[in-house]
Amino acid sequence: MSRRLMEGSEAIAEAAIAAGCRFFAGYPMTPFTELLENFAAKLPGEGGVCINAESELEAVGMAWGAAATGARAATGSTGQGLALMQESLSELSRAELPLVVFNMSRGQSDYYQATRGGGHGDYRQLVLAPIDSAEAVELTQLAFHLADRWRNPVLLYGDYLLAHTAEAVAVEPRDFGELSAKDWAVDGSLGGSGRSRNLNPLGMQKGSKGLDPEAFWRRLQAKWDELAREEARLDHEFCEDAELVVVAFGSLARFARFAVHELRAEGMRVGFARPITLWPFPSELLAQVTASAQRVAVLEQNAGQMIDDVRLSILGRVPVVPIGGISSDEAGFGLGPLLDPEGIRSRVAAAHAGEEVAT
Amino acid sequence: MSKDERRILDTSAPPGADARRVGDMTPPLLLSEDHDLCPGCGEPLALRCLCEAIVDRDAAQRAIGVIGIGCYTALTSILDVDLVQSLHGRAPSLATGVKRMLPDALVFTLQGDGDMVNEGLQEVIHTAARGEAVTCVLLNNGVFGETGGHMTATSVLGQRTKNSIDGRDAGYHGHPILIGDLIAQLGGTSYAARTSVHGAAGVAQTRRALRRAFESQEKGDGFSFVEILTMCPTGWFIPTAEGPGYLDQVLGSVHVTGELKVDGRYVPTAELAERKQREAIDPRDLTG
Amino acid sequence: MTRAVSRGTVEIEIERCKGCDLCIPACPPRVLHMSQEHNSLGVPFPLLTEGCTGCGACLLVCPDFCFAVYQFEGSEASPESPR
Repeated sequence: MSRRLMEGSEAIAEAAIAAGCRFFAGYPMTPFTELLENFAAKLPGEGGVCINAESELEAVGMAWGAAATGARAATGSTGQGLALMQESLSELSRAELPLVVFNMSRGQSDYYQATRGGGHGDYRQLVLAPIDSAEAVELTQLAFHLADRWRNPVLLYGDYLLAHTAEAVAVEPRDFGELSAKDWAVDGSLGGSGRSRNLNPLGMQKGSKGLDPEAFWRRLQAKWDELAREEARLDHEFCEDAELVVVAFGSLARFARFAVHELRAEGMRVGFARPITLWPFPSELLAQVTASAQRVAVLEQNAGQMIDDVRLSILGRVPVVPIGGISSDEAGFGLGPLLDPEGIRSRVAAAHAGEEVAT
Repeated sequence: MSKDERRILDTSAPPGADARRVGDMTPPLLLSEDHDLCPGCGEPLALRCLCEAIVDRDAAQRAIGVIGIGCYTALTSILDVDLVQSLHGRAPSLATGVKRMLPDALVFTLQGDGDMVNEGLQEVIHTAARGEAVTCVLLNNGVFGETGGHMTATSVLGQRTKNSIDGRDAGYHGHPILIGDLIAQLGGTSYAARTSVHGAAGVAQTRRALRRAFESQEKGDGFSFVEILTMCPTGWFIPTAEGPGYLDQVLGSVHVTGELKVDGRYVPTAELAERKQREAIDPRDLTG
Repeated sequence: MTRAVSRGTVEIEIERCKGCDLCIPACPPRVLHMSQEHNSLGVPFPLLTEGCTGCGACLLVCPDFCFAVYQFEGSEASPESPR
């Protein structure tokens, strides 16, 4: 398949359609808007539906209904819009419904929202963070697969750079394996049979009053524990003999990787580790690849969010230092001065030298 | 002959062979008659009408309900139809997603007034405006019943609730919303009706209105809406026997019953009220 | 005084009755009356006297689905049949 020059928004929409996504609903908000435009333009021709939702709350609701029928459905926004969807994502997770949610974020300040979840109660959503458009094409398709496999929402963490950078991309359809049939999906067919369905987030059963909350929650927790054991993913380079390992995610990780490659070429023993799944955070894998490092530096574009998970992985064995920080442009879209290869190279070198880096 | 002298008849079993049953005890599509809603609650009456209307349309195996959150949510344990549980107010959006993916399904929502008119006002209005071919069913009792009897956007002026203990006051609490009118005025709405289950005639009207709404959905005409006034003596703090009268006179004088939109023509509530006054006899009065 | 004639009758599931009283005024010939006794839920329940027409109004207004309704065969009004 030949590559075509396209922005990340288009690549993601194409990848979703290649994965069989046939429903999308969204509300315009920078830098998510072009993803909505692409779905609006492309889905009808593929026999799908794209609704211009009147609010983010309605967008996630519509996608919820579509997912309940067994269709591959998605929604998305940027962090502020996703904030409106949190209650629904929490309920969707406990209702065991597959849904892919795109956060085209304004920087990396939505890490907590994505990984801790801003909704109420105990629930989990899988979070995938692509480094570039090519990986976004793969991870978008993987998101639909994992959402179906685990019957859970999956969030794809993107950003302005990913949305608006044009790269040569080939949207190759990926097959991630067999999935079981969606017998749980509603289609009306079991009406009057005594076995009709009720897709609900409380474990309510037809024919029985009240709930058995403990049994329900334990079953869900066991599922999330299994998911966490199986789906954690970490990318890493040059860590085996690294004195300093730089940890970063998403688009900013490209800059970190670039800096590590440059400094390695000059003989500095630095390594690079990139969580691909932000939840489940690849704690064990990260602990393994940093086992012989003396220092771990976290490069993220926020006031320090992923660093919590890095510290939980390292468990105090070596210092974990922040070398990123809040950085944005005048419009607040996340295109801040931190996104400078030379500047980041300097930060990594300083961290390697044991110097404090102003964040 | 006084009541005490009349013979009490045996009603513990069906009569003999020379009688035919004209009314089944258990509504269709219910797994059981056993529910824990309050004595005198009107919502099970509306539920019976809904089940009958689904069967009237021969739609049991293609009906999908999206349920809001309120006392009626508990009825999902006995409703033998494919269902999706929604969040408070959000059912119309879920119903939209369901119907767009399954256009041949008969998709309805079941929501209370707190759910639809408070939390979910935007959702139902947008769904109607878009002309989504779903039927939204409102159970309107003028209170948040499940939390114990609190004011909603449809509570009428003067109505006492736990958080409007001296009665709803226009200056302090504002005026009730007549959601049926808001919905009926939208171009995307093909059918809108308001009925009441305070008496046998009203229950029969409710079943008819639901059937008409479903017909409209199946014709693909657009959005359909049925508002069903129901008794909530618990939330109104009155004896159960006074429920129907309260519903008819207190709620029903503001949320006046009738068809608000048929064949593209919107009939405002004020006009329905005028018609009622002009009618010499209100058939509902015959049932006390 | 003549005895009231029943053109129909009902079956009542008294153990499910919650004593709400709605059926009493709903019955057009007023042949339902609440009992003095209580059922297992601790509430009175409806009793039937002669004169039922089998109209089904009680069934329509009962929130607990306690009524099944019957009409006796024959176009002539017939006295209450023995069971």
